[in-house]
Amino acid sequence: MFDSLSSKLTGVFSSLRSRGKLSNSDIENICTDIKSALLESDVALSVVDSFIELIREKSLAALPTLQSGTNQAQAIFEIVNAELTQILGGAARRIRIAKNPPTVIMLAGLQGAGKTTLAGKLAKFYLDQGNTPILVASDLQRPNAVTQLQVVGESVGVPVFAPEPGNGVGDPVKVAEQAIVFAKSKLYNMVIVDTAGRLGVDEELMQQAKNIRDAVKPDEILFVVDAMIGQDAVRTAKAFQDGVGFDGVVLTKLDGDARGGAALSIAELTGKPIMFSSNGEKLTDFDIFYPDRMASRILGMGDVATLAEQAKKALNNESSAKLEEKFARGDDFTLEDFLEQLEAMSKMGSMSKILGMLPGSGAMKKQIENFDESEIVRTKSIVQSMTPLERRDPKVLNGSRRARIAIGAGRKVQDVNSLVDKFSAAQKMMRQMRNGGGMPPAMAQSMGMPAGMRSGQTATHKAQQQPKKKSKSGNPAKRAAEERE
Amino acid sequence: MGIFSKFVAKLKGQSIADPLDWKTLEEELLAADLGPKLASDILKSAKEVKGNDAAAALTEILNSHLSKKSRDLSAEVLTQAILIVGVNGTGKTTSAAKLATYLKETGSSVLLGAADTFRAAAVEQLQTWGARIGVSVVSGKVGAEPAAVAFDSAVAAKDAQVKFLIIDTAGRLHNKSDLMSELGKVRRVVEKTLPIGEVLLVIDATTGQNGIAQAKIFAEAVDVTGLIVTKLDGSARGGVALAIESALDIPIKFVGTGEGSQDFAPFEPTKYLAELIND
Repeated sequence: MFDSLSSKLTGVFSSLRSRGKLSNSDIENICTDIKSALLESDVALSVVDSFIELIREKSLAALPTLQSGTNQAQAIFEIVNAELTQILGGAARRIRIAKNPPTVIMLAGLQGAGKTTLAGKLAKFYLDQGNTPILVASDLQRPNAVTQLQVVGESVGVPVFAPEPGNGVGDPVKVAEQAIVFAKSKLYNMVIVDTAGRLGVDEELMQQAKNIRDAVKPDEILFVVDAMIGQDAVRTAKAFQDGVGFDGVVLTKLDGDARGGAALSIAELTGKPIMFSSNGEKLTDFDIFYPDRMASRILGMGDVATLAEQAKKALNNESSAKLEEKFARGDDFTLEDFLEQLEAMSKMGSMSKILGMLPGSGAMKKQIENFDESEIVRTKSIVQSMTPLERRDPKVLNGSRRARIAIGAGRKVQDVNSLVDKFSAAQKMMRQMRNGGGMPPAMAQSMGMPAGMRSGQTATHKAQQQPKKKSKSGNPAKRAAEERE
Repeated sequence: MGIFSKFVAKLKGQSIADPLDWKTLEEELLAADLGPKLASDILKSAKEVKGNDAAAALTEILNSHLSKKSRDLSAEVLTQAILIVGVNGTGKTTSAAKLATYLKETGSSVLLGAADTFRAAAVEQLQTWGARIGVSVVSGKVGAEPAAVAFDSAVAAKDAQVKFLIIDTAGRLHNKSDLMSELGKVRRVVEKTLPIGEVLLVIDATTGQNGIAQAKIFAEAVDVTGLIVTKLDGSARGGVALAIESALDIPIKFVGTGEGSQDFAPFEPTKYLAELIND
């Protein structure tokens, strides 16, 4: 998301960076460019105007204080970044946990915003943190919304409180009310209430939402909004704020290419923080919303913080410590390690998502989106068809072994060959890195990021204390290869 | 409230070319999601117009940006398939059911195909609709190959000799190329059995400028023949649909205005523009 906005702004600033001293008219030009970029991104006109005014004022004020020697474009960039972060929510806030459980979270929003899917994601998110949530089916309007919630609940392993069949039958207020009693009696500590989608102008349904609110007294009401929404975001958000009221915003469908300018508008006009973001159809495609990270992303600076966090989550400490140790010893990176890394990576989510978080990834957007995820599965199947010996030492792979592996993996011998070739090249790069080189970009693609990043750090560290690596290989062919380097 | 009401009120009895608060018009155009490009085009034409009837002049300008293609459904005589496509949450399943109701009431025989095998309970949602409106639904298992379900429904439609087969597909974001090629496959598979009369892209009226990207990529993948604009009963004016018509020449064919099976009608440009300008 925000990609066009970020690429535009990146363009504006890179043209400025090449300049020395900025003039007042440069500031005017930046403001005009930012304005048109924001408008195309569906930011409400009034928000655009006030944002531009703010940037202009602050930039002009800062201009005389900047030394002609310093990078002035950078300073303006910082101002835009800071203001963007400020509007997007200042500091991220966590959900309020009730002193007396259960904590009640109520979802509200337009039809099709993604409330039911989000309910499941929220439940999983809090379940994973050790809570005991239940889901409440208070959308009795849309055909089979109750069934949908039940399916979602089952797949995340969270009970669904659904006493009414839905499809127009039953009273959503009563269901919500009973759910609280049920949760208290069974000691569930969190209740997530899914409600029917409703339009901001529908007074009757807005009254129903109010009744649900008054019945369950939620600790948080979350307004769920589709990142693709246009200028109507302002009217709808206001209608919900005046109608049922809400404490936080959740942005959904961020995996689309909508620029999501509505996020800026809603945050600015309602003053409510965007608390979560949802970026995929899998129930784990969900995270806390980080305004600072999002601002960085808007400005094309990548989202390395999220990436690092996910890598940490996915790579369990034991395996990464083992790997680091190996590096320190100067052992070779083997196909076994490679397999482990591949498995950790699949835990982190799709490759395109991982690559998308890297700085400058906007430029290779198209390639990232078209990344063939099943390539990883194919690669894994080839490695898994090898014996432990072959994994540790690919040099033993003669023709007949390769043919056997190809049959085992259901691939062609050429596929096995190309994997082995790629692996040897990567292994060679690893050795070079350990000897003080940086991370070659090709490696990121062939080997997967977490391994690359980790070893990249290890490499610089190692380079300082041990500039030259001693060959340890007992295999003559391997030693020869090492000596050639 | 029409997007130009404030503007038109100011214009009463004046020539549109008189010096005016163009900023107001620009704001109203942008607020209706017409987008910066269409808004500035309209503004430019508006500034050139001479005459006394501002409302008529604006209608004329907007009309010139609409698609000239037919808004009727394809006149295919034999059984034809209608694919319902779009991003997640725009109202495809509801629109499929409403379109079925509309066609049934205008005297055609209809069959529904539930090819959204991905979203939880989407099949059941369509089945519930089918039972409600008295139209049979062909479905497969959850997680079944959508193209297989589409094929089965095409065969069933041909055997039953119904006039229209309406196939509901899973919501997909247009930037996911694997999902878009899956949709291409659904189309190709159906085409083997039945002519595809229409591919209708469902656009949520609340959608902003991203709607143009959606239409562009869906059109490339499955050759979209028309739009269904949903949720027009809300406060959104669906201006992005006009921007799509203007930029890509894909006509709006139907509009959805509520959750009931009757809240659906063919798009009438004259009526829509009149409401946009005067109400």
